[in-house]
Amino acid sequence: MDIYSLTPLILAIPFAMFLFIGLLGTKFKPVVSGILGTSGLAAVFILSLLTAYRYFWVDGMADHTYRMFVAAETTWLTFTEKLIIKGGVLIDPISVMMLIVVSTVSLMVHIYSIGYMKGEKGFERFFAFLSLFTFSMMGLVVAPNIFQMYIFWELVGVSSFLLIGFYYQKPSAVAASKKAFIVTRFADLGFLIGILILSYINGTFDFLSITSPEGIAVTKNSGLTFLGFSAATWAMMLIFMGGAGKSAMFPLHIWLPDAMEGPTPVSALIHAATMVVAGVYLVARLFPLYYFTNPNTLHLIAYIGGFTSLFAAVIACTQYDIKRILAYSTLSQIGYMILSLGVSGYGGEEGLGYMASMFHLFTHAMFKALLFLGAGSIIHAVHSNYMNDMGGLRKYLPITHFTFLIACITIAGIPGFSAFYSKDEILVAAFHHDKILFGIELFVAGLTAFYMFRLYFNVFWGADRHYHHTPHESPYVMTIPLIFLALASVLAGYLPFSEFISSDYRPFETEMHYNIAIPSVLVGLIGIAIAWLLYRKVNNAPDKIVKSLGFLHTSAFNKFYIDEIYLFITKKILFNLVSRPVAWFDRHIVDGTMNGIAWTIEYTSEKIKGFQSGQLQQYALVFVSGAVFFLLVFLYLFFN
Amino acid sequence: MNTLVPLSFFLIVSTAMFFIGIWGFIIRRNLITILMSVELILNSVNLNFVVFNRILFPDHFQGLFFSLFVVAIAAAEASVAIAIIINIYRRFSTIEVDSVNEMKY
Repeated sequence: MDIYSLTPLILAIPFAMFLFIGLLGTKFKPVVSGILGTSGLAAVFILSLLTAYRYFWVDGMADHTYRMFVAAETTWLTFTEKLIIKGGVLIDPISVMMLIVVSTVSLMVHIYSIGYMKGEKGFERFFAFLSLFTFSMMGLVVAPNIFQMYIFWELVGVSSFLLIGFYYQKPSAVAASKKAFIVTRFADLGFLIGILILSYINGTFDFLSITSPEGIAVTKNSGLTFLGFSAATWAMMLIFMGGAGKSAMFPLHIWLPDAMEGPTPVSALIHAATMVVAGVYLVARLFPLYYFTNPNTLHLIAYIGGFTSLFAAVIACTQYDIKRILAYSTLSQIGYMILSLGVSGYGGEEGLGYMASMFHLFTHAMFKALLFLGAGSIIHAVHSNYMNDMGGLRKYLPITHFTFLIACITIAGIPGFSAFYSKDEILVAAFHHDKILFGIELFVAGLTAFYMFRLYFNVFWGADRHYHHTPHESPYVMTIPLIFLALASVLAGYLPFSEFISSDYRPFETEMHYNIAIPSVLVGLIGIAIAWLLYRKVNNAPDKIVKSLGFLHTSAFNKFYIDEIYLFITKKILFNLVSRPVAWFDRHIVDGTMNGIAWTIEYTSEKIKGFQSGQLQQYALVFVSGAVFFLLVFLYLFFN
Repeated sequence: MNTLVPLSFFLIVSTAMFFIGIWGFIIRRNLITILMSVELILNSVNLNFVVFNRILFPDHFQGLFFSLFVVAIAAAEASVAIAIIINIYRRFSTIEVDSVNEMKY
C-alpha cells in the first residue's frame, strides 16, 4: 500500500476523534475518551513515522534533491476559473519533519494528560479539544496552498482559545483566552491581506507555483507599489505579521505568557512545541520568496527575532511563576529560530540558517515539551505555580528531577545534548551574516542557561518548603512521556539534519565550528555557574542584587510595561477617540433615524385607530355616504 | 294594461322606501328593526324591477322572476340574520347593536 495515499488519514483520524469524543464522550467513562484520543494519536504517529521513513530514506530524493509534491488533493470550492480553493497534503522535507514533531509531542501530551487531567471536570472535553488541535495543526503543516494554511491557521487559533480557556470558571483563564485570540486574530488580519495581495499577484494559492522560480519572478516584477513599497514587500511583511502574531514575536508577544492559564499539557503542546512555531514554519515555507524578492524584509525579520529573544530572556530572569519562565523561554527560543531564518542565505552551506532554524524547531519542540511536562509534574506534586513555594524537590520527584535536569542542560547548550548542535548552527549562521545579532544571541545563550538553572536550583535544590502533604512522584502515565522526551532531547542532536532539510532541498554537509561552539558553551557554563552560586543554597544574595538593580529589575519584572502600553493605546486612545464617537453616532444618528420612523408610525396609528370603532352603523354610514358621494361625482362628471 | 298610476308614483314610493330603509339601518339600535330596514331596501328594489319590467318589456318576465328571486333570497337571509341575532342575544343578553362592539381596535 502506498503510504503517501494514506496521508489524508493523518488529518482524518484526529478529526474523527474530535467529533466522536466531543459528541459522545460523556456517554462513557472519562478514561475511555482519553484512551480513544491517545490511540487515535498513536495511529497518526505511526503514519507520520512511516511517511517520514518512506520520504527520507526510500524515495524522497530525485536527482539529489528532495521532491516537493502534493500527495493528495481535492477541490473544495470553485468560485471562478482562476479562483479555486483546494485542500490536500503537501509532502516536502519541512512538512514531513513537522508531521513528526507534531505527532510525537501530541502523542506524549495525550499520554501525559491521562494522568495529569485525571478527575478533572471536562476530561472528555479536554481530549476532544486536543484532537481538534492536532487535526488543525496537521492541516496547517501539510497545507499545499496558502489558503488551506490560513484556514487551519485560524483553526489552531480557535483550539488554542478553547484550551487556554479550559478552566472557564476562572476569570483569569477567560481573560487570557480572549487576549490570545484577539491578539493573534489581529495579526491574522495582516496575514489575510498579505495572502490576498500575494495570490492576486501570482494568480494562484499553491505553494508549489508561488515558491517556484517562475512564481518568484512574477512576485518580484509585479510592479505595483503602495506608499513607496512594492506590493510584494507589503504582502511579505503582512504575511510575516500573521506569523509574528502566532509565534508571539515582539510586539505581539503579550498573549503567550498569559496563555499559561491553560492546563500545563496544553502549554506543552500548543504554546511551546507546535502552534507557536507556526510562524517560523510559515516563513520557512515561503523562504525562497522572502530571500529573492524581499531581502530587506528578511533582515527585519532577523532583527525582530533577535530582539524578541533578548527581551524575553531578560524578563524570564525575573519571573517567579515557573510556567511563565518557560513561556518567556519559549519566546526567546522562537526568537532564535526566526533570527536564524532571517540571517539565512539560499542553497547549500549558505542556507545554513534555514536548516538551523528547522533543526532548532525540532529540538526545541522536544526539550520544551519536556520542560513543560516536567513543570506540570511539579505543579501536580506541590499544587502551586510559584517558585517560592518549591524547594528541595529532588528527593521527592526523582524522575521529574532527572528529566528536568536533562532538559535544562539541553537548553543551556551543553555539548552532547541536542540544543547544543542546533544552537551552534544558528550562531554560525548569525556570525556569518551579522556580528551584532551574533553578539546578542551569544549573550542570550548565557541568559538562557542562567534563568533555566535559576529555575532548576530553586525548584529542586534549596530548602524544603512547608508542603500541604509530602510531594510524591507522578504516576507512570506521566513519567513515561517525560523519559521518552528526555531521550529525544538528547538524541535529536545526533540526527544529520542537513542531510534532510535545506533551503534548496539539496542535502549538504555541516561540520562543527569550534571557534563559535567553544565560546557559546563557555557562556552557557558561566550562566549555569552564576545560577549555581546564587540559588544552590538559600541565601540573600539574589535579593541584594535585585535591590541594587532597582528600576531595571522592576521594569523587567513588569515585562517592560508592554501590557500597560497596549492598554493605554486601546483604552485611552482608541476607545476615547474612535470607539466612543462611533458609538455615539450609532446610538444617536443610526438608531435615532430608525426609532424616529417607528415613533411616527406609532403616533399616527394611535390617532387614526378610532375609526375602527366596532360600531356597525358607523361603518354603514361611512359606506352609504361614500356611495352617495361617488354617485354625485359621477352625476357631475357625466351630466355636466 | 291600465296606466292609471303614472310611473313616477312608483318610483317615488320605491325611492322613499329605499331611503327609509337606509335611515332605519343607520339610526335604529334594535337589530330586528335593522333587519326590517334591510327588507325595506330589498323590497324597494323589487318594486323597481317589477315596474320597469312592466313598462319597458311587457312581453318578458325576467324582472318579475328576478323580484321573486330576491324575495326568496331575502327569506333565506332573514332566517340567517335571525339566527345570528339569537346568538348575539345569548352572548350579550341584548340586541342593541351599539353594545355589540367587540370587533374594535
